[in-house]
Amino acid sequence: MDGSTLPGWAVTALTILGLGVVTLVSRNVFLWSRRELHFPERLQRALQMAPLAAIVAITAPEIFLAHGHLVESWRDARLLSAAVATAFYAWRPGVLGPLLAGLAVYLPLRLAWGW
Amino acid sequence: MLAFGPGLAAWGLVTGVAMTQSGLGVGLSLLMTFTAYAGSAQLASLPLIASGAPIWVIWASAFCVNLRFVIFSSQWRVHLGHLPRGRRVLLGYLLADLNLVMFQKNWKGEGHQVGQARYAAGGAAAVWIVWQSTSVAGILLSSLVPLEWGLGFAGTLSMLGIAYSLLSDRTAWVAAIVSAAAAVAAFSLPLKLNILVAIAAAVVATLVMAQAGKAAEAMRPRH
Repeated sequence: MDGSTLPGWAVTALTILGLGVVTLVSRNVFLWSRRELHFPERLQRALQMAPLAAIVAITAPEIFLAHGHLVESWRDARLLSAAVATAFYAWRPGVLGPLLAGLAVYLPLRLAWGW
Repeated sequence: MLAFGPGLAAWGLVTGVAMTQSGLGVGLSLLMTFTAYAGSAQLASLPLIASGAPIWVIWASAFCVNLRFVIFSSQWRVHLGHLPRGRRVLLGYLLADLNLVMFQKNWKGEGHQVGQARYAAGGAAAVWIVWQSTSVAGILLSSLVPLEWGLGFAGTLSMLGIAYSLLSDRTAWVAAIVSAAAAVAAFSLPLKLNILVAIAAAVVATLVMAQAGKAAEAMRPRH
C-alpha cells in the first residue's frame, strides 16, 4: 500500500485504527491461545506484583522528576502535595481523601505562587 | 469501588484535550479514543502522528508503551482462561491497568473462582464509561479546559492512594520501592520503557525474596 496516494486524514485514520489493533493484541497476548497455559507457580506469584509495580512506576517520576531531573528543592508543588496526600493516607486510608488533600495544597501553590 | 473515578476522569479529560490540541481534529480524536483506548500509548503517538512519522514506527512505539499489558494478560489468563475465546478477547481488549489492580484487591485467592468474569466485565464497563465520557468532554471542550492547572496531577495523586492501598505486606513494600527507584533511574529511556524496566526489577526482587524466604525456612531446625 502506498500511503502517499491517500489523503492525509485517511492515513491518520488508518494509523489510529492500527493503534486499536495494537491495544487489542498487546492486552491479549496470553489470552488468545486455546491451549492450557501453565506458568511456573513461583513466577505466577511474583507476577502478581506487576500491577503495583506499574502504578508506582507511572507515579514516582511524576512526583520526583521535573524535566527529566530529580527535583532539587522541596519548594515544589508536586512534592509537597504528594507529601500531604501521604500524610492524609496515613491518617485516613483511601483514594479520594488523599487526592483532595493533595489538590488542596497543589492548586494554590501552583496557581497563586506559581511553583 | 469507584474511588478511583476522579483521578481517572482527570486523566481522561487531559488526554482528550491533548488529542485535539495536537492537531488531530474532533473526528479523528473521537476515532482514537474509541479504538486505541490506551491513554499512555495515545499520548506517546500524538507527537509522532503530528510530525508525520512512518506508520510502522507509530505502531511499534505504541506496542512498546503497551508492553505492560502483555504481562497483565498473563494474570488475566489465570482468572478468565475458562471463557470462550471471543468473550475472553473482548474483555482482554477492555481491561486496563486499574481493572487489574481493583480485581486483585477483591479476589485475593489463587486461581479461578466463580463470579470473577462478571466482576472483571463490570469493572471494564465502569472504567470505559468514566474514561470515554471525560475523554470526549476533553475533545469537544478542549479550549475551555484550564490545562495550566496541571489537572494531570490529580490522576497522579489518586494513583498514589491506590498504590498505598496495595502495600499489604513486606513483599509489596519491597516491590514498590524497587519499582519506584528503577522507574526514576531509567526515566531517560524512550517510549516509557522505564515502566517495563521497573516492573521487571520488581518481579525479580519478588522472586529473589521468595527464594531467600525458602532458604531461611529450610535452615530452620525442625521439631
